[in-house]
Amino acid sequence: MTPSKAAVIRSDLDIVIARTLARDTAKSIGFGAIDQARIATAVSELARNIFLYAGTGSVTVREIEKHGRRGIEIVCEDQGPGIADVNLAMQDGYTTSRGMGMGLPGAKRLMDEFTINTEVGIGTVIVCRKWRN
Amino acid sequence: MNSIRIPILKVGNVLIASIQVALHDASAVQFKDDLLEKIHTTKSRAVIIDLTAIDVVDSFIGRMIADIAAMAGLMGARVVLTGLQPAVAITLVELGLELPNVLTALNLEKGLELMQKQDQLAEEEESGYDTL
Repeated sequence: MTPSKAAVIRSDLDIVIARTLARDTAKSIGFGAIDQARIATAVSELARNIFLYAGTGSVTVREIEKHGRRGIEIVCEDQGPGIADVNLAMQDGYTTSRGMGMGLPGAKRLMDEFTINTEVGIGTVIVCRKWRN
Repeated sequence: MNSIRIPILKVGNVLIASIQVALHDASAVQFKDDLLEKIHTTKSRAVIIDLTAIDVVDSFIGRMIADIAAMAGLMGARVVLTGLQPAVAITLVELGLELPNVLTALNLEKGLELMQKQDQLAEEEESGYDTL
C-alpha cells in the first residue's frame, strides 16, 4: 500500500490545496491532462461540500493498484451533519446551500467508482476512485 | 483573509481580465464585484475573461462566470470567455455546466475580434435607426 497524503479542509483556501494535491498525485500516477482535470474538479466539489456543510474535514489521496492497473483513491471525511437523503443529494440540481446542486452527482460522473457512507449527526465519508486506461 | 485581486484592463470599449491563478471562492467573489464596478465606472460595453492559464473550473467558479455574464448583461455589457483548455471544456460539460448563455471564443485575439464585430453591428444599427 502506498503512503497517502491528506489535506485538512478548514477554509475555501484549503479547497484549492486539496485539488492541487489530487492533481499532483494523479499526474505522478500517470493520468493524462483530461483525467487530471476530472480528478481535480471532483475533489474541488467534494472539498467544497465539506467546507459548506461540515465546516471542517479532510481529503486523503493515495495511489492504488488492482489487477496490474494503477489508479487514484480519494477519501473525503467529515464529522458534519450527515446527509439525510442520499438519493436526493445525488440528484442533479438538488441543493440545500448556495451551490448549484452539482457537487455530488458531478463528482460521481467525473470518477469511476463512488460510494457514500453517511449518518445524520455523525458525519459523511465519501470514497471515490479513478483508474488509468 | 486576503483575497487575490485580478487586474482588469481597459482597451477601447473592452475590459480584459486574464485569470492567471487558481481562484479560491473569496477571490472569485471579489473578482465579480470588481468587474461589475469597473463596467460601471468605465462604461464598457464588452468584457473578455481569459481562462488560458486556468486548469480547473469547478461548479462554484462556473456559477460565478454565469452570474457575471448575467449581471454584466443587465448593465448592457457582453461577456466573452476565451482560452478554455480542452480538459476544462470536457470537465465542465461532464460536470453538467454548459454555460449556455455565455459567449465564448477560442482565444483572446478571436474574443477581441468578436467583440469589435458586435460593436460595429450595434453602431450600424444605431445609425440606421437615426436615418429613419
